[in-house]
Amino acid sequence: MTLELKNITTVVNQGTPEEKTILKQINLKLQDGDFVTLLGTNGAGKSTLLNVINGSLKPSSGQILLDGTDITNLSEVKRAKDIAQVFQDPKLGTAPRMTVAENLLLATKRGLRRSLKMRGLEKHLAEFKEKTAQLPNGLSKHLQTFVGNLSGGQRQTLSFLMATIRRPKLLLLDEHTAALDPKTSQNLLALTNDVVSREKITCIMITHQLSDALKYGNRTIILNSGKIVLDAYGEEKKQLTEEKILEFFTN
Amino acid sequence: MNLITSTIGQGLLWGILALGLYLSFRILNFPDMTVEGTFPFGAAVCASSIARGADPLLATLLALLAGMLTGLITGLLYTKGKIPILLAGILTMTGIYSINLRILGKANLGLLNRPTLLSNRLLQNLPTNFPTIVVGLIFATIVVFLLAIFLNTELGQAFIATGDNEKMAQSLGINTDRMKILGLMLSNGLIGLAGGLLAQNGGYADVNMGIGTMVIGLAAIIIGEVVYGDLSLTARLVAVVVGSILYRLVLLLVLQLGFSTNDFKLLSAIILAICLMLPLLQKKFRVKQLLQKGIQKP
Repeated sequence: MTLELKNITTVVNQGTPEEKTILKQINLKLQDGDFVTLLGTNGAGKSTLLNVINGSLKPSSGQILLDGTDITNLSEVKRAKDIAQVFQDPKLGTAPRMTVAENLLLATKRGLRRSLKMRGLEKHLAEFKEKTAQLPNGLSKHLQTFVGNLSGGQRQTLSFLMATIRRPKLLLLDEHTAALDPKTSQNLLALTNDVVSREKITCIMITHQLSDALKYGNRTIILNSGKIVLDAYGEEKKQLTEEKILEFFTN
Repeated sequence: MNLITSTIGQGLLWGILALGLYLSFRILNFPDMTVEGTFPFGAAVCASSIARGADPLLATLLALLAGMLTGLITGLLYTKGKIPILLAGILTMTGIYSINLRILGKANLGLLNRPTLLSNRLLQNLPTNFPTIVVGLIFATIVVFLLAIFLNTELGQAFIATGDNEKMAQSLGINTDRMKILGLMLSNGLIGLAGGLLAQNGGYADVNMGIGTMVIGLAAIIIGEVVYGDLSLTARLVAVVVGSILYRLVLLLVLQLGFSTNDFKLLSAIILAICLMLPLLQKKFRVKQLLQKGIQKP
């Protein structure tokens, strides 16, 4: 899998006094299996970049290629076949009035055609039991629980499992542990690292924790006012320190 | 006794409307005002087809299709036209009023001496009100059965997910606009069907018969929920129909207190308001336990 962004620019409120350019001529190429930690101050354009990649926001100009195919004009729904996401808010990634098992079942069909066939939940229960048993915070005991009754940490762990249960070509994580307490957050990050490395999923993870950005992934990218100011790969990334990163945060 | 059987029959037929409303109001979380236009539209299409000599069953199916059409219009206005759902529904409802007048040719069309589903020969030997109960039971059962199956298909689950968390649904590749249109078509289709059945049961279609139908449907849904509490989705559909019958019984009771039928809409609104406040009142007066006791010991 390769993802290529060519000259991506996004302008919001075009033609009004509030007109603002968020992303400025972004060029970026991800190689198969890249695990990118994405850093930047608030308003630097991190989330906008993810939204351009997932298709919920159309760039004002530029081109997005996935495996060489132009997907710039594909909607978020159409891109879901290849791209999975976990949002910051645990409420956004799961359906509260459906059970854990029903949520997982929806995720197994990510991007696939949904027809008038019976859903076949029972066929999948054993698989769901096994998959959830490997996770922290005891989700496997709650397969028949309505997701609305779970804790934020459980919901977010479920969101992550839903995003990866059907292997995506590209996984987008938008500060997916930011809303959790420190311990739960570390558990989910460790799990993320495990799954992403083991299954060699190409992944972009936004984080605000410099230590996490250094610890995880093979590549670190820093955005500042809509531009990529650092793209450290492999050995270069290993040499990074928190002090060095902070230098890139100043305007 | 006659009053009770008439109430049960009415409750079953209105239960079909409540099931339709359940799809939009509870599953999609839409305040879909189209209902108040769809209901008389279904009635008008059904009554005028019968008056023109159509077979009653065919006329009933036409009412269903007519309802689906109004759902489609509201759905397109909302998803493609980006008009807020409340306004989209009101626009459709308002427009349909004129269409209904055209279809009926006047404000009120009677079906006196015309064949209807209820005047079927097989039902004619039953005691008063029982034809309504039989027809109501048959249709309510079919609708509950088909809905329960649909909601457990892959498509049905995608529909539920759309109402539950649209952002998540989209990120899983579900075309949520299509699901909303589908939901509104199913919902209004059932409401049109209820309009057609109730027109045959009452023996007329009237352009103004839609006023207050939303309140009636919501009351059925909420009474069903208050009485039964947490249920599986399928059982919930049955609870909606039971709620519709209970609501009719409550109305009957109130009318027995000496109110005139002119007070009907006011009473409907007051009953629904009380039902909506029940969760609040429950904490203070333990109403739920009382209600459940009342149902367990007939």
